[in-house]
Amino acid sequence: MTTELTLIKRRFGETLRSDAWWLQPVLVFCGLTAFVIYTTWAAFQGEHYHHGPYLSPFYAPEIFGDSEHSWFGPKPGWWPTWLPFSPAFLILWAPAGFRLTCYYYRGAYYKAFWADPPSCAVGEPRNGYRGESAFPLILQNMHRFFLYFALIFVALLAFDVWKATQFDNGFGIGLGTIILAINVFFLGGYTLGCHSLRHLVGGFMDRLSGTPIRQKAYHCVSCLNGHHMRWAWMSLCSVALSDVYVRLCSMGVLSDWRIL
Amino acid sequence: MAAAKFKVWRGDANTAGFVDYEAEVSEGMVVLDAVHQIQAEQANDLAVRWNCKAGKCGSCSAEVNGHPKLMCMTRLDDLPLEKPVTIEPVRAFSHVKDLVTDVSWNYQVKKKIKKFNPKPPDFEDGTWKMQQEDIDRVQEFRKCIECFLCQDVCHVLRDHHLHDNFIGPRHYVYTAALEMHPLDTENRLGDLKETDGIGYCNITKCCTKVCPEHITITDNAIIPLKERVVDQFYDPVRKLLRILKPKK
Repeated sequence: MTTELTLIKRRFGETLRSDAWWLQPVLVFCGLTAFVIYTTWAAFQGEHYHHGPYLSPFYAPEIFGDSEHSWFGPKPGWWPTWLPFSPAFLILWAPAGFRLTCYYYRGAYYKAFWADPPSCAVGEPRNGYRGESAFPLILQNMHRFFLYFALIFVALLAFDVWKATQFDNGFGIGLGTIILAINVFFLGGYTLGCHSLRHLVGGFMDRLSGTPIRQKAYHCVSCLNGHHMRWAWMSLCSVALSDVYVRLCSMGVLSDWRIL
Repeated sequence: MAAAKFKVWRGDANTAGFVDYEAEVSEGMVVLDAVHQIQAEQANDLAVRWNCKAGKCGSCSAEVNGHPKLMCMTRLDDLPLEKPVTIEPVRAFSHVKDLVTDVSWNYQVKKKIKKFNPKPPDFEDGTWKMQQEDIDRVQEFRKCIECFLCQDVCHVLRDHHLHDNFIGPRHYVYTAALEMHPLDTENRLGDLKETDGIGYCNITKCCTKVCPEHITITDNAIIPLKERVVDQFYDPVRKLLRILKPKK
């Protein structure tokens, strides 16, 4: 069926909206740009990512590295000499991929970075459009595979919070322990509210009434999913602030406040 | 009573533009009341589609100050009346006259979607047994009044005019209501991917924002359908499980 419609093409930014429609995409652009710049810088540092029992979430789990948190010891011999090394390089692809393919972030960064559209009912800069129906954006359909890694990471970060209570002189709680615990709380809320998880725990079924555990899980994930945007931003901030705190403590700029 | 200024889109598909009007505004008036006043007193030939004046028929869709809205549900005291209020027809469909557009494309598209195909009845009297919690999810979609504001705001139709490749949020809601129905046996996932263009949706959530029935279109209809399409076509693990699963 070919449709004959007489429609007018609007120019880029053309709209009769008089509200500040540009504000949200600008805030998203600034927020995500700042996060990407900071994360890249922090990942390339390769130092000051641990302090006592604390490990920065940008470097957790530390598969290879120089700290006492490392699973398999220092930088592996097979690492190419011409390639800079940082423990963060080995793991950051997973949370980065999870956020990059997240349904919330997709909608947000298509608007903020690609003006597709700049905002609702505002004219676009381009004529051609393929959306997520063709390469490369068709790869966004791989979101659920990043989810599997993200779930493992949340469990490992929760274990890191437990380890953050194991000081040299025994059990304790410092401000860093609290910050890392809050980070896991927000990351958990974000990851467990994922649209793909909602589908996988029960959304794929048409009848949930015969499976009470699935039904409960579906309702819990749906509850978190209803505020997915909020969890996304809170966890983005908490993970960056956790790294900042550990980094400043490690550099000696801050001294950790030992509460217990 | 105070007077307010309005800019109303007048003309047909060949020549059209905004025409200025002034109308008396009283407490509780909605945009459609002002349009009717203008029609009665200043522009008898002003074409406007309306019916229930209660936000339930979906006839009076338009763009008020650039926002897709039902005119009968947009109160004038919610608008900044110090500036003229702009009223134009929806932009995703062909313009007919003044505030009226031809939305018949939507009805053609709806006919192409595979119809409800229930499983055999559970009882001899031809009835089925369903649990309320199984039907709750699709009942949200039944609230749709077919105002087509979601179609209007969707940039795939509005800006890219991909009407031949993309059925739009309204029809994803309709498909979701059928596809997630506990009695339905039809598979529409191939159509969603190939002819209905669900891959074109890039999750801007504009459709959800403008829905006058507050249907969570993106999160509850489109994304779950996208995930089902991933199950069927893009997930190698699921594909393997389907192959290994013993046939009933």
